[in-house]
Parts: sequence; structure tokens; C-alpha cells
Amino acid sequence: MRAASLKLLALQVLVAVVAIGIWHVGSSVPIAGKYFLPEFFFSTPLDVFQRVVKLFVSGEIWRHLWITLTETLLAFVIGSAGGVAIGFWFARQPLIAAVFDPYVKMVNALPRVVLAPIFMLWLGLGIWSKVALGVTLVFFVVFFNVYQGVKEVSPVVLSNARMMGMTERQLFRHVYWPSALSWMFSSLHTSVGFALVGAVVGEYLGSAAGLGYLIHEAEGVFDVTGVFAGMFILSAFVLVIDWLVTLVERRLLVWRPQAAVGQT
Amino acid sequence: MEMAARREPSRPSAEPESAATAVRLDGVKVSFVIRGAAVFDAVAPTSFEVREGEFVSIVGPTGCGKSTLLNVTAGLLKPSAGHVEIFGERLAGLNRKSGYLFQQDALMPWKTALDNVAIALEVHGTPRKEALEAARGWMGRVGLARFCERYAHELSGGQRKRVGLAQVLIRRPRILLMDEPFGPLDAQTRQIMGNLLLGLWAEDRKAVMFVTHDLEEAIALSDRVVIMSAGPDARVIGDHPIDLARPRDAAEIRLDPKFHALHKRIWDQLREEVAKTYEEGAR
Repeated sequence: MRAASLKLLALQVLVAVVAIGIWHVGSSVPIAGKYFLPEFFFSTPLDVFQRVVKLFVSGEIWRHLWITLTETLLAFVIGSAGGVAIGFWFARQPLIAAVFDPYVKMVNALPRVVLAPIFMLWLGLGIWSKVALGVTLVFFVVFFNVYQGVKEVSPVVLSNARMMGMTERQLFRHVYWPSALSWMFSSLHTSVGFALVGAVVGEYLGSAAGLGYLIHEAEGVFDVTGVFAGMFILSAFVLVIDWLVTLVERRLLVWRPQAAVGQT
Repeated sequence: MEMAARREPSRPSAEPESAATAVRLDGVKVSFVIRGAAVFDAVAPTSFEVREGEFVSIVGPTGCGKSTLLNVTAGLLKPSAGHVEIFGERLAGLNRKSGYLFQQDALMPWKTALDNVAIALEVHGTPRKEALEAARGWMGRVGLARFCERYAHELSGGQRKRVGLAQVLIRRPRILLMDEPFGPLDAQTRQIMGNLLLGLWAEDRKAVMFVTHDLEEAIALSDRVVIMSAGPDARVIGDHPIDLARPRDAAEIRLDPKFHALHKRIWDQLREEVAKTYEEGAR
């Protein structure tokens, strides 16, 4: 078990080494007098690395990370709360669900990026326009999952709880609620990811801080090194968040068979 | 009604005549509407009773409406005609005096085994600490003291049934309804579960309605075996007292010559009636 995971890690590192190696050779070693990956378009791994280090050493990055993280968390919390509430409401009131069905589908089908300018107009260039964009993404993921979760409570579990003497309130607390939450948590990776997408895309389209802003700014002056450094930090940031989500998920879905949670 | 009349004189005198009627089905008929139009009579008007302290099995081919009758008795399903009386009171809504052990897994997967048992008391206002203590006791009685913290998916099918049994019995219902509870289990586990059930039942002798398609299991466990015909229009076609001595061992009793005689007698009737039902259905 231990040896197998070490081997896996070694192979994963190997992929990174090979990719960076190709990038390095292509950008700094001329082949037949030509650079395979010209520095102007692709920068070099060393430059990108130095830029990342500089961003962290100068402390400039922390402000941007903090802004992006705040936006992501706010979008996630508000979007989830709304999704849970409306999902529950619709699942328990089929008439309401039927009335709003076409509108929900319509809004969900809309590419969220087109909403960004409107949110900026309404909420300004600060964090709230980014939060709003994230919320429109997170809301629907959570909403559909909770709706499904409440609808698909096992009828046997429900009958059993009723025979046990549960009141409607107790059914809500002990049956509907955990079932809906379990569906929501199983989409945690997707919804947190969407919250981040909302934040970064919002920043990219217009802001004065955040990772998206950093990348956009570098792009504006053809600073490819800056773009790559921003992308690298963004990916690392996503990995850390994803890892945290996995920890939370494992804690919350401990009652689920392992296969459904994902094995590591 | 016809069944009740037929059964009364042949009742073994082992129990006092004064035992109250726990469950009485009076002309209960169940029809389902299929695809908005056709009416399907699942159960023809049926009457029978279960006395207090009596263990009654209902046996019949798959799809004969045994479970439907159980759901009617539980109050989960409203009969199309007739009514149900529980201890002399007409049933309206859910049957609060009964516990129901379902065929399928009915445990809440997000609660541990212990919490699943304790919740049955908690919903009726027992403080959590007391409920957990009682639940721990019941987990021990069904032989799962070491499995309290497991979740449903971490238990075997037989263990899940034990938890379900504890969950139902902890409320001390006066009537126990069981819908092929041991159906999905293997033969050995079924016999072990049968003995566990008999042991727990002997403590306070609840009225039991036990639905099964396994005639041997029914004879081994019950005081009375009620035979139902195949559906649609299922009805009671036989009512046999089982006068085997108690306490019984659900496995060993099957070797008893008396068991064989009973099995043969009931099976002869069952076979005959089932064949008749099939002929009628084919016509």
C-alpha cells in the first residue's frame, strides 16, 4: 500500500519534470536555429518560477489571494444557502416547482459571463459583483442537487420513519434534511470550483485586485511571464481548496460507502 | 368474517379465550388504479383477526397482496372498502400501536446503528442520553453490542435486519408487523434470525403479523398460518393453527414429525388452491 502510493507519487512528479523539461528546452535551447517555444509567447520555466517567488517574497500576492478567497467563500456560502432553501421549497411544493420550471431552466441555460457586465453596473467594481457572478453559478448546482435529494428520499426509509411516529418536523430534521445535505455535499467540489470560477472571471473582466486581476493586468502589457505566474498560483490555490474540500467531505459523508466519496 | 367464524372452534385451547383481539380486518378490499383507468383489485374483501399474544404468519405466492394487507394494517395504505380495528378501535391514519419491520433496508444511512435505534425513542420525547442507553441495551439484545458505531453500509444484510428489529422493538409496540423481514437473507441467517425473533417475542408476546412466502419458516415461527391465494383478487384460502410446543428452536423444529405432518397438510391445501387459482386466472 505504502510502496504503491510512493510509486504513484514518483510517476506524478515525473510528468511534471518531463513537461517542464520540454518547456525549458523549447524556450531556451535553439533547435536548428529556431526556438521551438519562443520566449515572447511562452516565457521560460525559470522566469516564471522567479516571478512566483518574487510575488510571494514581496508579499504582493497575499492581498490578491485574500480577495479571491473572500469572493469565493462568499459566493459559495450565499449560493449554497439560496440553493438549499429554494431546492427544499420547490421539492416540497410541486406546484411552485412546476410554475417556475421553465424560468429556472432558462436562467440556468444562460452563459453566466454575459451577466458579469450587468453585475458590475449594479454592484460596482468591488468584490460584490464577483460574488454575485459566483452565486449564479453555485446556486444552480446546489439547487438541483438538493431538489433531487429531497425528491429521492427512499420511500421505505420515509415509511419507516413515519411508522416510528415522526412528525413532519422530525421527518424534515432526520430524513429530508440529511438526505438533501448529502446530495449537496456530493457536489461540493463542483460548487466550490464554480465559486472560484465566478470570482476569477469577474476579476478578469474588471476589478482592482484578485488573481484574475493579476493575470489580466500582466496580459495587458504582454507580460507572458506574469500571466504564467498568475496561472501557476491560481492552480496551486485551486489544489489547496480542493484538498480542503476533500477533508470536509470525508468528515461529513462518513456514512457513505467509500466508492461514492472517492478513494485515496 | 367467514375465516374468523371457521377458525374460532378449531382454536387450540393453549391460550385463554379471553385474549383480546389485537388486529381485526373487516372486509378489507384494496384496489389500485392503473394508468389512470383500469381498476386492479389487488385484494378481494378479506376478514381475519390476530389476537393479543398471537404470532400469525401470512403465506402466499409472490404478488398475492400479503404486503398490501400489512400496509393496510399499518395505516400506510387506505383500504378501498372495509376497515381495520386495532384493539377494538377503528384505525384512522397511521397505526401508532404497531411497529413495522420492512422487507427492504429502512435504516437511515446517515445515522449510526446506535442512533438509528435511539431515534425511535427520541422522537417520542425521551432525552437523548436515556435513549442512547436504552438503544445500547437493545443493540446488545440483538447481538450487535460491538457494532453500535457502524453505519448501515458497514453492516451485513443480517446485521441490518437486527438493527431494524431493535429499532422497532425499542418502542415496545403492542403489535409487530413484519413484511418478509428475512427475505433477502441466506438460509442459515434466516434460521438464526428466526430464533432471535422468537426469543425476543417470548418475553412479552406481542401480537405478530408475519408475512412470508416461505411456508416452513411460517410454521416454525407461528401459532397460526394464514394462506392467501395468488392475486389479483387475492383472498384468504386457509387458516391453520400450529400446535407445536413452545419454546421452539426455529431450526430444530423442522425435524419434528409433527412439523412434517403440519407442513404436508397445509402444503396439500396450498397446492390445490394455488392450482385452482391459476386455472381461474387462465380462463
